[in-house]
Amino acid sequence: MTKQIHLAAHFPGVNNTTVWSDPAAGSQIDFGSFRKLAETAERGTFDFFFLAEGLRLREVKGQIHDLDVVGRPESLTVLSALAAVTTHLGLAATVNSTFNEPYELAKRLSTLDHVSNGRAAWNVVTSWDAFTGENFRRGGYLDKGDRYVRAQESLRIVRKLWDSWNGDELVLDQAAGAFAREGAGAFADEGAHFTLRGRFGLPPSPQGRPVIIQAGDSDEGREFAASSADVIFSRHGTFEGGQTFYKDVKARLAKYGRTDDSLKIMPAVTVVVADTDADAIEKAAYIREQQVSGPTALVLAELLWGRDLSAYDPDGPLPAEDPVVGSSVTQGRVGYNDPFPIVSEWRAQAEANGWSLRQTVINQQNRQTFVGSPTTVAEAVNRHVQENAADGFVLVPHLTPSGLDDFVDRVVPLLRERGVFRSEYAGTTLRDHLGLQP
Amino acid sequence: MSRGLITAIEIDGAGGDPGAWRGPEVDPRAILTGELAVRAAQRAEAAGVDLVTFADALEAPDDVPDRVSVRLDALGLAARVAPVTQRIGLLPTITVTHTEPFHVQASVATLDHISGGRAGWIADVSTSAEAAAVIGRREPAPAAETWREARYVVDAGRRLWDSWEDDAIIRDVATGRFVDREKLHYVDLETPTFSVKGPSIVPRPPQGHPITAIRVTTPEALEAAGDAELVFLPNSGDLSKQVLELRENAGRSVTLDGRSVTLTLDQAVGPLVLVSAEVRPHVDGVERLLDLIEGWAAAGVDGVQLRPASLELDVPVIAEQLLPVLRERGLVGSGERGGSLRGRLGLRRPVNRYARSVR
Repeated sequence: MTKQIHLAAHFPGVNNTTVWSDPAAGSQIDFGSFRKLAETAERGTFDFFFLAEGLRLREVKGQIHDLDVVGRPESLTVLSALAAVTTHLGLAATVNSTFNEPYELAKRLSTLDHVSNGRAAWNVVTSWDAFTGENFRRGGYLDKGDRYVRAQESLRIVRKLWDSWNGDELVLDQAAGAFAREGAGAFADEGAHFTLRGRFGLPPSPQGRPVIIQAGDSDEGREFAASSADVIFSRHGTFEGGQTFYKDVKARLAKYGRTDDSLKIMPAVTVVVADTDADAIEKAAYIREQQVSGPTALVLAELLWGRDLSAYDPDGPLPAEDPVVGSSVTQGRVGYNDPFPIVSEWRAQAEANGWSLRQTVINQQNRQTFVGSPTTVAEAVNRHVQENAADGFVLVPHLTPSGLDDFVDRVVPLLRERGVFRSEYAGTTLRDHLGLQP
Repeated sequence: MSRGLITAIEIDGAGGDPGAWRGPEVDPRAILTGELAVRAAQRAEAAGVDLVTFADALEAPDDVPDRVSVRLDALGLAARVAPVTQRIGLLPTITVTHTEPFHVQASVATLDHISGGRAGWIADVSTSAEAAAVIGRREPAPAAETWREARYVVDAGRRLWDSWEDDAIIRDVATGRFVDREKLHYVDLETPTFSVKGPSIVPRPPQGHPITAIRVTTPEALEAAGDAELVFLPNSGDLSKQVLELRENAGRSVTLDGRSVTLTLDQAVGPLVLVSAEVRPHVDGVERLLDLIEGWAAAGVDGVQLRPASLELDVPVIAEQLLPVLRERGLVGSGERGGSLRGRLGLRRPVNRYARSVR
């Protein structure tokens, strides 16, 4: 049977994917930008709109990183507002389980689900670093091994709160004066990290409970997703990498009594579309040049080397020094556990191709997944899905807010023609779009 | 008084009357979808009401079968209302006893961004055993302790709103810099119960500082109200005396635990004092309410926060009957004041504490 593709739109935030310097780039803050991209995604009958989260501004060498987009509005508030100006599009918020209390998370996410008529999703992320923790009461005390324990417990409790109403206690009998049955929403839980009890003041929303998204890639992260998530947001956008990841994660589902289609695997990818394949390749190269300026190339190399490389010329050769493991030259983003093999690979490639430092970064960190004419891109996207490298994709445009126009106007119609993507929404909730049971 | 009285309407479920949801005019499901709140806010806006407030508490409403025992998160509801209104101010109640101060300020700043400068918040505390139990982080604390902490949270919020200077985003293509990091500031705030490093994750909101309001429910809240730009005072006791006291407290520097807390209030104006009253003009008619409001105005209040018994029945009466007469009598202004909520309330946009006076 032909698999149906799932698509989501990511509002590009703080990283060098977004080309803020492009004359066509709009505000990263104004609500109008969020609205425009969400409207484009809804016009394209996408499953959902996805927002990442920031809890501390990133630093390089003890100073706030200033080369990429810095700052953003808070996700749940933006998505609650988008609920007012969209009708079907799912609304997915990344919210950290380390620096939020489960009861508050359950209340805020359930509110989004209610005011959007069943379109909310929670991308569960965790943090353990003291750097981020400096902004919070519950700051920086979790070690890495403990974070999934807390995340699991947090998610279990949030679910328990959402399920604290069985579904039939909301009576709403005006004549009899019965709003809800007594005892609805009562809960109690005791775990390693939380002990709480009380009453949850929101009944199940139209989709029962918000969709759970998970993004971890470690063994623990995959297990967490297999046991608890509805959607997994992966980094494996390539065909072979995608298939390997897909097989691994889907194989973990059975032990939790789950079927293959109960967890959708949606890698984050970028797309470059132009009239012809050759034009698209040229456009993609131009975008990479814009994404990796000289100063940005140095910062990305510093993240790998763990050293201050500001004395280097980005248009010159690669640094001769060895990388430093566990350095704090860069704060607030994921570093490399073992930089040595990557540095060796970079050196080998630079030598073989005569690349400068900047050219090496551009070529070695190329994250562009689908590049080509509308037909080429549609066929590649469809192949990945039909051959189980993914169930769909989270598209990360390089421009705000117009970055998905090409895909929606030119690629989506081809996917629809092929019968692999919806022409209109069949249901109203995000669970409906994803084909998930309530 | 050229501006006239400030008018505010409170949104809470189907209205302040526990039986309001039972009226045939109410679709009780519309409480949960937010439609009831949207309609009330739009009606209020059309009538020239200055702001709506959204009731909330951390814990769920009481589990009483014939009452509305559910409640949406006020911040989420206010955000849902923002894009479908254009001029009215939006003030959700946010409790700070258990919620992280960093999240509170980021959310309120975001509400200000998405509403084009119409946001504020009502800072409240959680003293109940129920609220402490649903979080499970600490034992319930007495009002004095929670309000002292709340004042630190208010202070932290304002510092974080200033942690981005207005012109921090430079998008300088020549140097490749998105922000001028010299215009971003660590607040490095330490209080007895929390610390915040900063800067905020959200750029400075359109109003500089969204409006901070405090609803006076206890003597401790009254003391903290000196930190607010907007104070909701119950209609009890000697109103004019209380208003005078609040004004005298305005702008004084506050020392908590031997530490000075800087208040960036508009000292020439704030705090604005609104008398808060439950009203049911669809039953009582507007004449009685008019008399009451004239009395309050004579006592020197800056405005009124009306808490309608029924949103569906009372808000239309307030909009269509009460406000036109108040306007006729010169008690409220034209209702055409636009721009930010600060502009509407006659408050200055605060100067950023980190901005150097001369550049």
